[in-house]
Amino acid sequence: MTDQTSLFEYLLRLGDNTLVLGHRVSEWCGHAPVLEEDIALANTALDLIGQTQMWLGLAGEVEGAGRSADDLAMLRDVWDFRNLLLVEQPNGDFGQTLMRQCLFDAWHLELLPDLTRASDDRIAAIAAKALKEVTYHLDRSSETVIGLGDGTEESHRRMQAALDLLWPYVGEMFTPDTVDDAMHAAGIAPDLTALRARFDTRIDAILAEATLTKPDSSFAQSGGKTGFRHSEHLGHMLTQMQWLQRAYPGATW
Amino acid sequence: MTPDLTTIWDWLDQVPDPEIPVISVVDLGIVRDVAWQGDTLEVAVTPTYSGCPATSVIAIDIETALYDRGIQNVRIKTQIAPPWTTDWLSDKGRAKLADYGIAPPSPAGGPDACPRCGGTHLTRISQFGSTPCKAHWRCDDCLEPFDYFKCI
Ligand SMILES: [Zn+2]
Repeated sequence: MTDQTSLFEYLLRLGDNTLVLGHRVSEWCGHAPVLEEDIALANTALDLIGQTQMWLGLAGEVEGAGRSADDLAMLRDVWDFRNLLLVEQPNGDFGQTLMRQCLFDAWHLELLPDLTRASDDRIAAIAAKALKEVTYHLDRSSETVIGLGDGTEESHRRMQAALDLLWPYVGEMFTPDTVDDAMHAAGIAPDLTALRARFDTRIDAILAEATLTKPDSSFAQSGGKTGFRHSEHLGHMLTQMQWLQRAYPGATW
Repeated sequence: MTPDLTTIWDWLDQVPDPEIPVISVVDLGIVRDVAWQGDTLEVAVTPTYSGCPATSVIAIDIETALYDRGIQNVRIKTQIAPPWTTDWLSDKGRAKLADYGIAPPSPAGGPDACPRCGGTHLTRISQFGSTPCKAHWRCDDCLEPFDYFKCI
């Protein structure tokens, strides 16, 4: 694999993570339990979609085939997506959505500082921009996980169930493959073992305060970031997200 | 006859932010550079938040204002590094925000005082508000909710 190919793949991973999670979170718009949460979810989704424009914009530039961020987001099929399986999982209840967010944010907030020191200035600039927003995201998602985990018997039960459901999707973030190795060698991406250690420290503290028990099993689902095997949920999500451009190709505002 | 850059900055300082029209795009600190490149005026603009929907409106407003002043060729350049910080808000902008009822950003991480009554017993309702740059707070003295311009 040439370096440019690995770089393109890596940028798709970054952009597809924020795109798919941003779309998932936006599904709450108008449905959240209270107005403040509705606004917070919409703002989080907006940040993630903004970050997507930068990551996928750069991916298109690196690919050099004339594809824009919009082309990449709206005109690729499910097997061409490179997001983590975690972010394509359905929203479930509010607690499950915030658990997914917290697991993602804890990883994101450890990854981005490393990317701000990337050997590629374009990546460093996007990471520095995103980092400020993601700091707010983890503040909120961790506070909510703690509040609901250490809340009522019912909210605790739901948060533990959400953690048990989503934990098998955490390992994929830290399982290196040829793209991760090439990006680490190029001075762009961090070593995933070191990243995992920092993630564990952060998430363990949050879960302890939330009185939640981290599952024992280290079994990790895989196939999202390589595109080898997405869960069935992503295709269904894309039928919604891409519908307009598929039905009316080239439609603009 | 090309207008000098000081004049152009003055013109830009009259372009209101579309979401908070009491402050200008210059007050907000998002105009990073203005320079002539041949006969084209290049304006470097940085987004506040990466997904802020006002960004494209701001670019159009800046272009329109400059065309209205007779400048023929304008190019808006998006510049994301260094990332925008509320440190770039002008003092004039901070004062206008407070007058308008939006508590200006504070490094302490929350508003210094209620923009309505000056009260200091304040409760955060949400870190997120009606636009990406604001959070939602309440004054426990006058009991009114208010917007706080988040410090980033
Ligand atoms: Zn007050």
